Amino acid sequence: MKKLICILLLLALMLPVCASAQEVVNVFNWEDYIDETVLEQFEQETGIHVNYMRFTTNEDMMVQVEANPGAFDICFPSEYMVERMLNKGLLAEIDYSVIPNAQYILDALRNPDYDANNAHSVPYMWGTVGILYNTEMVVGTVDSWDILWNENLKNDVFMMDSIRDSMGITLKYLGYSMNTRDIIALETAKQKLIEQKQKGIVKAYQVDETKDKMVAGEAALAVMWSGDAQYAIDLNPKLAYCIPKEGSNVWVDCMVVPKNAKNYDNAMKFIDFLCRPDIAQKNCEAIWYSSPNSGAIELMGTAYTDNYVMNPTDEEIARCEYFHDIDETFMPIYTALWQEVKNAK
Amino acid sequence: MRYDMSLPWWAWALMGAGLIAFIAMIAASIRRNNGVKRSLFAAPYTLWMILFTVVPVILIAYYAFTDASGAFTLDNFRHFWDSNYTKNQLYASLGPEAAAFITRGTVNVDTLVYSLWMAFLCTVISLLLGYPAALFMADRQMKLGPSLVVLFIIPMWMNFLLRTIAWMSLLEDQGLINQFLRWLGFDGVKLMYNSGAVLLGMVYNFLPFMVFPIYTVLSKQDPKLGEAAQDLGCNELKTFTKVTLPLSLPGVISGITMVFMPSVTTFFIPRMLGGGNSMMFGDLIELNFLTEGNWNVGSALSLIMMILILVSLSILRKADPKGEGGGMV
Repeated sequence: MKKLICILLLLALMLPVCASAQEVVNVFNWEDYIDETVLEQFEQETGIHVNYMRFTTNEDMMVQVEANPGAFDICFPSEYMVERMLNKGLLAEIDYSVIPNAQYILDALRNPDYDANNAHSVPYMWGTVGILYNTEMVVGTVDSWDILWNENLKNDVFMMDSIRDSMGITLKYLGYSMNTRDIIALETAKQKLIEQKQKGIVKAYQVDETKDKMVAGEAALAVMWSGDAQYAIDLNPKLAYCIPKEGSNVWVDCMVVPKNAKNYDNAMKFIDFLCRPDIAQKNCEAIWYSSPNSGAIELMGTAYTDNYVMNPTDEEIARCEYFHDIDETFMPIYTALWQEVKNAK
Repeated sequence: MRYDMSLPWWAWALMGAGLIAFIAMIAASIRRNNGVKRSLFAAPYTLWMILFTVVPVILIAYYAFTDASGAFTLDNFRHFWDSNYTKNQLYASLGPEAAAFITRGTVNVDTLVYSLWMAFLCTVISLLLGYPAALFMADRQMKLGPSLVVLFIIPMWMNFLLRTIAWMSLLEDQGLINQFLRWLGFDGVKLMYNSGAVLLGMVYNFLPFMVFPIYTVLSKQDPKLGEAAQDLGCNELKTFTKVTLPLSLPGVISGITMVFMPSVTTFFIPRMLGGGNSMMFGDLIELNFLTEGNWNVGSALSLIMMILILVSLSILRKADPKGEGGGMV
């Protein structure tokens, strides 16, 4: 089945190539993750035809890239997947001499620990994990993960039904790294999460439903990604977002070029194009995640810079951590711990 | 990628053997019935069954008895008994500090017991609600009967996911029921995100599967039987317990099966209405397959579930050997 899909995909890729000997670039991006008029603009300006393909999870993308060498010139993995691809030797180096617009990348996101000097990846969009809270339902200030264990908020907290995020913030709250492999730290975090559930603080574990429930005022607090938080705040001004003082997770979706890409030069042109401030602005305004592009931020002005959700301070970003890839040999520990949390009564 | 379809030769051989056995069974039945022409009509469905029932079951069995590399193992079933099985092995290799945390994980067994309990409750409630409804609908003196049947069918035109999501907007803290209560001057009540809400969702979704088999059997019942019982001196209650109820048992058994089976394997409803606070076995299988990408353990859990259902079906078959309740058992 997978093979059949791959063959079909490849055929789809080859069709335009056969039709004309035109220059092409094969782009593999997330669903709904670009302003599509930008693609036409790129074709008009450069004459390079864009074959635009979409994926829904990092893991899907990885499967496709490994199964179809040379099929994609640019992919958009998240930072932990960049790390995994690097470890598997799948990524080509980025030639920054032909990407002048890379100068606009924010300092806070440069030289990340998942990819030294950004040698193989260019940030495309980024965001954080934090607490979305209803200012009318929460008394006092929200500045710490501590509030997720506050017994005054019984049955009023939405947790994230996601292993890495829920374990990660608990580890951060307890003062550990989100990427720790220390068994005592992990078991303590599990115990903390079970305690939170047994005290009746957790209302539900969910992911996609939470933002709309928060807009409707179903709960006082929710652990949430910044992009979803912005969506909720736009619909309900009583909501506010906070990155707790203990630190949190910061994620970056990057542009990378697979090693066996057939159109490397065109890929560089496309990356440079997406880093151009006016184009980065268009994309940012289309999907409302945080932009890594200082030029675009300048163009958007106070609408962006005054927005705390989209534009956290450098100091706040410094407190946050990137997720590192957890390989298949260590993952069973995480999944067993999380299952015990979900099973606790 | 971790899971592709490149199976070892013996897995193909197993599947081939399964197919040949299945075809042989059909050939035998054609011979037995001397009805080659009639059996030909069953050919499209037989092919469909082979491709989409027999082969997948063999695949599930294959994954349940192998590890990620495709080698034979029983670890997936050990994992069912001890959900920390792989974790404990890793801990044991990480030194005494980690080894101190080795405990048996009861997640899978607990979830199975919880699912069976919930399915039992759902079946009992559906029967208590469904039997009187079927009786009412099948009563020839009731003019409302046929319209009730339609009312039962109409919600089934909609997808059950939509119907479940609709329940959310009723039960929420800011939902219609609570708004109405507050308008009347009462305090709001917590209706969502607990086992009760899950049970409500299950009963709502599966009730028609209880009502219709019973309704079918009851409406086929000859009214003269009841009249005869009354002529012979039975009162209304006696007529029901001596005639109507025993004759409707095949429908009841069929209904129990049709409600119990989807109840045990329920997923999505616990996640939506229960808020993921307590998983059911279907959720656990989904979690293993989709979130954790552990097809082997997921398949072992599915296999255990299938065997449980087979066992309960064969018990119920004893109660309705002729398949009078629509042959569902």
